[in-house]
Amino acid sequence: MNWWTKRAKNPFQFHTSVHLRELTGRKARNVHELVENIKEVSGSVIYYHTHVFLQKHQYLSPEPPNDFAYWVSQVLGEYKLAEELTSIDICEFSTIRELRERIIRVIEKFLFENKEPLRYAPKGREFEFIKARSYVIPTGFKARNLKEFSMILDKITIHSIYFHVFEARLRLEKGINDFSFWVDTSLGTPELAELFSSFDPYSFTMEGLRRKLINIVSGWCAKNAKR
Amino acid sequence: MIISDYEKIVGKNIIYELKLISKKLKKKRIQCINSTKVGGGVAEILSRLIPLLNDLGIKATWDVITADLDYFNVTKAFHNALHGRKVEISQSMFDKFIATGKKILNDTKIYGDVVFVHDPQPIMLVDKKTKANKFIWRCHVDVSSPYMEVWEFLRKFIEKYDCSVFSSPKFARQLKIPQFLIAPSIDPFSEKNRELTKTEIDSVLKKYGIKKDKPIITQVSRFDYLKDPIGVIEAYKLVKKYIDCQLVLAGNRAADDPEMDMVMNDILERKGKDPDIHVLLIEPERNDFDINGLQRASDVIVQKSIREGFAITITEALWKSRPVVASAVGGIPLQITHRYSGLLCYTVAGAALSIREVLNNPEYARRLGRNGKEHVRRNFLSTRHLRDYMLLFLSLYCDEGVCYL
Repeated sequence: MNWWTKRAKNPFQFHTSVHLRELTGRKARNVHELVENIKEVSGSVIYYHTHVFLQKHQYLSPEPPNDFAYWVSQVLGEYKLAEELTSIDICEFSTIRELRERIIRVIEKFLFENKEPLRYAPKGREFEFIKARSYVIPTGFKARNLKEFSMILDKITIHSIYFHVFEARLRLEKGINDFSFWVDTSLGTPELAELFSSFDPYSFTMEGLRRKLINIVSGWCAKNAKR
Repeated sequence: MIISDYEKIVGKNIIYELKLISKKLKKKRIQCINSTKVGGGVAEILSRLIPLLNDLGIKATWDVITADLDYFNVTKAFHNALHGRKVEISQSMFDKFIATGKKILNDTKIYGDVVFVHDPQPIMLVDKKTKANKFIWRCHVDVSSPYMEVWEFLRKFIEKYDCSVFSSPKFARQLKIPQFLIAPSIDPFSEKNRELTKTEIDSVLKKYGIKKDKPIITQVSRFDYLKDPIGVIEAYKLVKKYIDCQLVLAGNRAADDPEMDMVMNDILERKGKDPDIHVLLIEPERNDFDINGLQRASDVIVQKSIREGFAITITEALWKSRPVVASAVGGIPLQITHRYSGLLCYTVAGAALSIREVLNNPEYARRLGRNGKEHVRRNFLSTRHLRDYMLLFLSLYCDEGVCYL
């Protein structure tokens, strides 16, 4: 079987998602204010600080996967809490609501156990809560088989990869991404689907993630060429 | 330049994505309005983006208001007041603003589906808003700690707009309308940012009598107290105790900036007879090329502002892979991650220490420069700005959290 050219039941239609940032006017000067705001803001704010932030910074080296951890570490110097926030396995969550609840639990645990006075951010370095407004656009690129899929993966923007890997997990609420869903349902390759959903995409740079996805396809096709 | 020229800078896929977005705006006419086409960051941004929007098939135009010098003196005072500087604001200034604003209303034709107004000078134009058009107010200044009387006066007009735009989250105020965050940008092909040959760089140094026999510290800004040129001189003097170096303060005059002469006198007094301090008033016709050359020739770029809108000169310096030492104010922390893509400072002594670190450690300086350039490529070039503007225009017609286009 030539898996490269086996035709899928339905083509994969690549979309892209771009974001406009909206200011909320909310700020936090310390960890207590941070968690109180996290409880109240809309889901699109949590989404921005855990996902869009990623796109803006994770191009050269993997940075902490969320803005909260970055601020707690770089501005407040609360390194232990920052590490706990960084270590939240975002892959575990299929909704923003669940992710928000975990972040709140981590911070409240810190506040309960912490006996030291709260640290305040210097003036001008407060945490500013931002909302993401997302615009989803079809790219016009369609893959009918894995060969086309791989070629398109090589040339689309990281915004598109981001939409299908990170946003899809939250959109589908199944803990899997669009690529995994497609190869399973349209190509009938559950093993490849498992490969797409079993690694931690948050620990890669954006270009590293692109290469990883392409290598998964080529590696699997080479391994299964004689099947 | 046309949009496809940017493919080699940001990649074909990014340009393709811009074309996808632009198709959704083909039927809209975008009218941009500000106070001057010459000098200052706003004019620079619009002069680039309007042609690119047009190249993407969007009907975008650029108009300027006309007013007398007294009016621009008032708006300059308002500008300083918005930055939190202590200025005398009298009732007669508010009256002058309103009276001239009415005249501007009368003289300015509004024809856009989207009217994009920049900064306070044309702000009263929102009184021409109808059901058929949408108005956006774009604020380019740091309003994190404004003089409240001026802010409250302007807020009455701002809240008539459909939405507002600011350059930094720090500038968010309590407003009844949506506030979007769009950072300014630079154009990699402009005369100010394109690659220069060694011959070209040397020609700029020669023109201003600057020899490359000592490290060069440079600040490029309008001659304005808010850019703290005196503080920069003080920092230079602290560095000079340990490293024989020279300082360049370079800038030009914007059409709507009447207080420059006072600032220049103070600078020259502080410079005294030091031959290693070069104070350069760049002629507008040579501004871009000369600034480009000076930045590329510099060993470290400084921006020790007290207040900033965004500090586009920082973006320029980062794009040229120059190590940057800058105040952590305004939009500067959005551009510089401390110790990764530049150095942030809070005081004269802190600036001096950071400058010494950079000059004494060239490999570290090069690493800062490389990281800074990559950060600009991803986040602060014209292509990203175009995308944000197009999404901003689309937001006027779709206010959902997720819009499927």
